[in-house]
Amino acid sequence: MMKFRFRRQGADPQREKLKQELFAFNKTVEHGFPNQPSALAFDSELRIMAIGTRSGAVKIYGAPGVEFTGLHRDTATVTQMHFLPGQGRLLTLLDDSSLHLWEIVHHHGCAHLEEALSFQPPSRPGFDSASGPLSLARVTVVLLVAAGDMAALGTEGGSVFFLDVPTLTLLEGQTLAPDEVLRSVPDDYRCGKALGPVESLQGHLQDPTRILIGYSRGLLVIWNQAAQCADRVFLGNQQLESLCWERSGRTLVSSHSDGSYAVWSVDAGDSPMTQPTVTTTPYGPFPCKAINKILWRNCESGDHFIIFSGGMPRASYGDRHCVSVLRAETLVTLDFTSCIIDFFTVHSTRPEDEFDEPQALAVLLEEELVVLDLQTPGWPAVPAPYLAPLHSSAITCSAHVANVPAKLWARIVSAGEQQSPQPASSTLSWPITGGRNLAQEPSQRGLLLTGHEDGTVRFWDASGVALRPLYKLSTAGLFQTDCEHADSLAQATEDDWPPFRKVGCFDPYSDDPRLGVQKVALCKYTAQMVVAGTAGQVLVLELSDVPSEQAVSVASVDLLQDREGFTWKGHERLSPRTGPLPWPAGFQPRVLVQCLPPAAVTAVTLHAEWSLVAFGTSHGFGLFDYQRRSPVLARCTLHPNDSLAMEGPLSRVKSLKKSLRQSFRRIRKSRVSGKKRATSATSKLQEANAQLAEQACPHDVEMTPVQRRIEPRSADDSLSGVVRCLYFADTFLRDAAHHGPTMWAGTNSGSVFAYALEVPAAAAGSEKRAERAVEAVLGKEVQLMHRAPVVAIAVLDGRGRPLPEPYEASRDLAQAPDMQGGHAVLIASEEQFKVFTLPKVSAKTKFKLTAHEGCRVRKVALATFASVACEDYAETCLACLTNLGDVHVFSVPGLRPQVHYACIRKEDISGIASCVFTRHGQGFYLISPSEFERFSLSARNITEPLCSLDISWPQDTTRASYRLRESPKLSQANGTPGIVLAPQSRNGSPDPGHSRRADTPEPPEAMLSPMSVDSATSADTTLDTTGDVTVEDVKDFLGSSEESEKNLRNLAEDEARACSILIK
Amino acid sequence: MNRSFHKSQILRFYDCSAVEVKSKFGAEFRRFSLDRHKPGKFEDFYKLVVHTHHIANTDVTIGYADVHGDLLPINNDDNFCKAVSSANPLLRVFIQKREEAEHGSFGAGSLSRRRKALALREDGPRRRTHLHIGLPHDFRPVSSIIDVDILPETHRRVRLYRHGCQKPLGFYIRDGTSVRVAPQGLEKVPGIFISRMVPGGLAESTGLLAVDDEVLEVNGIEVAGKTLDQVTDMMIANSHNLIVTVKPANQRNNVVRGSRVAGGSGRSSDSGASRHSLPAAPALLRLQPDDVDSDDEPDVVLEGVLGPRPVPRLPPPPPPPPPGSQARVNGAGPGLGREGPAHRLLSSLRADPRHSLALPLPPGAVEEHGPAVTL
Repeated sequence: MMKFRFRRQGADPQREKLKQELFAFNKTVEHGFPNQPSALAFDSELRIMAIGTRSGAVKIYGAPGVEFTGLHRDTATVTQMHFLPGQGRLLTLLDDSSLHLWEIVHHHGCAHLEEALSFQPPSRPGFDSASGPLSLARVTVVLLVAAGDMAALGTEGGSVFFLDVPTLTLLEGQTLAPDEVLRSVPDDYRCGKALGPVESLQGHLQDPTRILIGYSRGLLVIWNQAAQCADRVFLGNQQLESLCWERSGRTLVSSHSDGSYAVWSVDAGDSPMTQPTVTTTPYGPFPCKAINKILWRNCESGDHFIIFSGGMPRASYGDRHCVSVLRAETLVTLDFTSCIIDFFTVHSTRPEDEFDEPQALAVLLEEELVVLDLQTPGWPAVPAPYLAPLHSSAITCSAHVANVPAKLWARIVSAGEQQSPQPASSTLSWPITGGRNLAQEPSQRGLLLTGHEDGTVRFWDASGVALRPLYKLSTAGLFQTDCEHADSLAQATEDDWPPFRKVGCFDPYSDDPRLGVQKVALCKYTAQMVVAGTAGQVLVLELSDVPSEQAVSVASVDLLQDREGFTWKGHERLSPRTGPLPWPAGFQPRVLVQCLPPAAVTAVTLHAEWSLVAFGTSHGFGLFDYQRRSPVLARCTLHPNDSLAMEGPLSRVKSLKKSLRQSFRRIRKSRVSGKKRATSATSKLQEANAQLAEQACPHDVEMTPVQRRIEPRSADDSLSGVVRCLYFADTFLRDAAHHGPTMWAGTNSGSVFAYALEVPAAAAGSEKRAERAVEAVLGKEVQLMHRAPVVAIAVLDGRGRPLPEPYEASRDLAQAPDMQGGHAVLIASEEQFKVFTLPKVSAKTKFKLTAHEGCRVRKVALATFASVACEDYAETCLACLTNLGDVHVFSVPGLRPQVHYACIRKEDISGIASCVFTRHGQGFYLISPSEFERFSLSARNITEPLCSLDISWPQDTTRASYRLRESPKLSQANGTPGIVLAPQSRNGSPDPGHSRRADTPEPPEAMLSPMSVDSATSADTTLDTTGDVTVEDVKDFLGSSEESEKNLRNLAEDEARACSILIK
Repeated sequence: MNRSFHKSQILRFYDCSAVEVKSKFGAEFRRFSLDRHKPGKFEDFYKLVVHTHHIANTDVTIGYADVHGDLLPINNDDNFCKAVSSANPLLRVFIQKREEAEHGSFGAGSLSRRRKALALREDGPRRRTHLHIGLPHDFRPVSSIIDVDILPETHRRVRLYRHGCQKPLGFYIRDGTSVRVAPQGLEKVPGIFISRMVPGGLAESTGLLAVDDEVLEVNGIEVAGKTLDQVTDMMIANSHNLIVTVKPANQRNNVVRGSRVAGGSGRSSDSGASRHSLPAAPALLRLQPDDVDSDDEPDVVLEGVLGPRPVPRLPPPPPPPPPGSQARVNGAGPGLGREGPAHRLLSSLRADPRHSLALPLPPGAVEEHGPAVTL
């Protein structure tokens, strides 16, 4: 009996084949700004830029859409990166002093990044003690000489080693020990002290044999590599931080730890120079911090740029992160909000040019990349087409809108342009333009909306590989917050020396946590949107192309409905500004609804056709008619036993906890999505066994083990009243003959409320409906017996397809739903999926996910999966993300499991909480506060970088044997498969538009006419797009982390799951 | 014969060993007392009862309300003795005519249901008669050992029946290591173990599960490779009909293959708690209709006051909506008689003026525990 019951269905080979054509899991691209960057490099020949991170990731960026990602096998900080100019090769230095050579190789027309070689310096050779001067134990600086064939490595011991780059082997016998240098230094300078570590190595542009070496103690030497002697010696006495050799080679500039820089002239005489030509302490006379890096760039017009970081007066501005740009008499102190990692200028590096002529300055900060146009007076910032700092204020929620109509797209773009007007004089476009983007124009426009803690909603172009900012909506202007006065005061007291200029948009400080955006919904046909926030504010906005000045009508809805014994001890509601307010072009608020008590909004939905907005909090839900500006319905969902919610402190505790958590996350940046390392499963098992063997037998262990109580969910759990989802549908609720507007609400305790709405019909020819009140009557109430929180609700039409969005059918943008056959409602709870018939709500099919897998559902969305083999075949399926970070796909309405993949580490609770599915089987989740990982469940709809780079260096095939491994892309940053450019089936075809599957003879139009993807079924709906970390999530996390310390089994299990994709 | 026929008021004051009995037949009450320590024989008690109620010529069944409010039968010396000894302080006895009681309404929650629902019973669907096989019929199953024939002797598959949502399952699980035989010798593998029993909980009262038993399967799904939290969630999601396969820490009480008799309790032999436990033989399970699907918990659907929508431009309005609203237990098929949650839901909703509830019961929706609910 039991055996029969739990037997799995046998695999149907045809269905298996179809599944392979429909579903494929790829992590395709990482959007946003790399978390914890640590190194920067720029190849001025290829015009590509590389960023290294503390987790060992290497990311190369060129023109928008040109991206390469690599990951070092060891999680070590990338301390330095150097491009071999023009070769598409990159030398990286990690903080374990290992060197790695990466190269961009082309496979079938598409380029990707591979690690070619690595070099681990012999740390403790027998003949050489670790402390000895010849030890290569710690490399401090790297310089590429002789067109990249050789690298000079400066070490902590003061020696300079030379390395053959193509093979990454040490050139024995060429090592330059500090003793050799000291020979050319006068005795009185020597005075028995060591020279200190090599702080800087600089090459000469015209003469590759000469190397400028700077030692920490202050000694500068121009070393002639050919003659093996010191050409010039400069006896500096100030501790050296950085060096720059002017283009012509006649001038040196050195920066020092006391905040000064010195200019040395190379021409004068043969004797060692003891004094620099000029010494300047730009922010003196009081003690200043060190100038960490200095650049000297000359211009045709005669003067030069001096660009340096740091050097600020220690006492007054020591905590500022500044880069100073000095040209002639003009000094600008660029004041950034996060640490400066590195900077470079985009300038000419051709040896025949006489001048640098810097075009742009790129500054890599810990949280963003800022590029300044140095050719335009005023040095304006150049907006970056990628590397957007998603986290300029912490992301609190996100939503994806697929298939945005071209008209709305243009309006949003123009609103965004008006918002950040380009200085007309600035001619410089983005200076990093290397490579060619081979990916075709995105078939459809996808909009990613992120809600932030400071009350803004940002609109991102998520159509392609580069996530481009389009528009920023701020809701803070509608409310009175206490922080404004302080702000203006602070600005007034600012001195004009140093000449600070605020640059960059990373601003982690929120004025008022109540402004935080909790939920966003956008109607793409009417350009109306609703933004709901932490203090129960629900804002209905409308896109307007012209600025206007108008008052916003305010209403409040009491969700408690006279429930007794309740006192709200949480935050106050926000007080809106009264009177007409000026609004810039863009989304302008029309109606503000405030929930009472002002708890955070947990669910919101908008139906523009009916002019209705529904919203829910932890206390209940409400329905508001924003055309007539009158509330229609309010319903309290609190359970009488829910004392925690009744007394109210909950919300305060929770929001405080949450904001604290977010602050910590921002400040400490401790939470990084760990990078998955490829370790063999067997070694993991051995490890686990070893660990287990060490542990004593459980019977004689004194410690109390982690244990879990097995108790059924009871009705009076706290938080049972939280409204988890809201949904509008035109369906059959009253009887099988008449359909009509309905509203559905699901709560944390497994209750579903269905209301029949009486929406007066619109007058003929106008979109406005008659001025009659909307009525709502409770039609059905379903109590799921397992009482798990209801995650999503959707109504399926007679053919089992989800109903289209409002206006979609009436504007012929989607197939009209089948109103003949029986409708069904799909209710997804945290534990089960169930389909009920309508109007008689009786269970039709179900899948008990938790009962089988032991996991709980976190996110659910209905998505359309198009087949790669057949152009117009598509299926609507239910995609779900569980608390273990696995993604499952189920058929609809049969609820049969199709595939599942391990996607996110289960410890990464904010990654799981931030996941958003798109309508075409893709998804996003945060891998760090600043990065969205994009993944694809669809075999056809994949957004990944496809690019090529014109590189010129002799690629000898014999070198392939040196390669450590052929494809590092399996273990890309954050466990990403990275740029999966060429599945083995690409057939040498350079056209990325071709099918990814070679065995399916398919006309190339399959991917070139992607409109069919959209029009086939547009009736998919992203059901829930929350970015909330719930208490449950944290419980999960806490539980699992303490558990994993005890037991390595999970690790082994994760490992096993990561490498096998189980198709059931 | 130690019967005493004192008035209860008097009795309370000077005889502590006496048990006050309140006997009810129809609308009539009779009060008498029994000796707690020597209650006597059931036969005598039966005679006494029919005598007291003057119903000597009718065939009746006698039941009593136990401490949990469940109506349990008195039909032999043992349960009579149990009834008297557990009376605290009053023994409430219910007498029914045999034909009325035919529907076998003993069991959990049956008493409260009866009180509300007597009126409806006449309209209720006629149930097929039960097989009468010995005593177990009159008890509700609490747990059972199942699949003895297909499992290795070292394993035990235990099914816990949860009646209503009030009774906790009452055990804890933890991570641990167990030793498996692997090709390369013994291998320690992680496992899930029962770490603690809640005193008085369902799991303890069955005596079939014990601390340090290794959990191998939950409702047919192996737990190997699953985390503690996953297993916890699986158990909770299956809590209404939990089937756990364990490898008992104490292997001495294993079922002997072939005898078809359950080995009874493991090492736990707490007789105090076994009051409502009946370690059932596998045969008992066969008695029940195949209730594999009975774990399909019915969701409760409440119909609001919602008639067909009046359609404009349709001269004869559709028939008016039936007055009041309906509630039904959703989930078709036999064996679905769990009204407990429905009760709670309904009672919690009564405060809402929008809901006036009257519920004709869909035929066939209620079984096993007799009549349905009317409010």
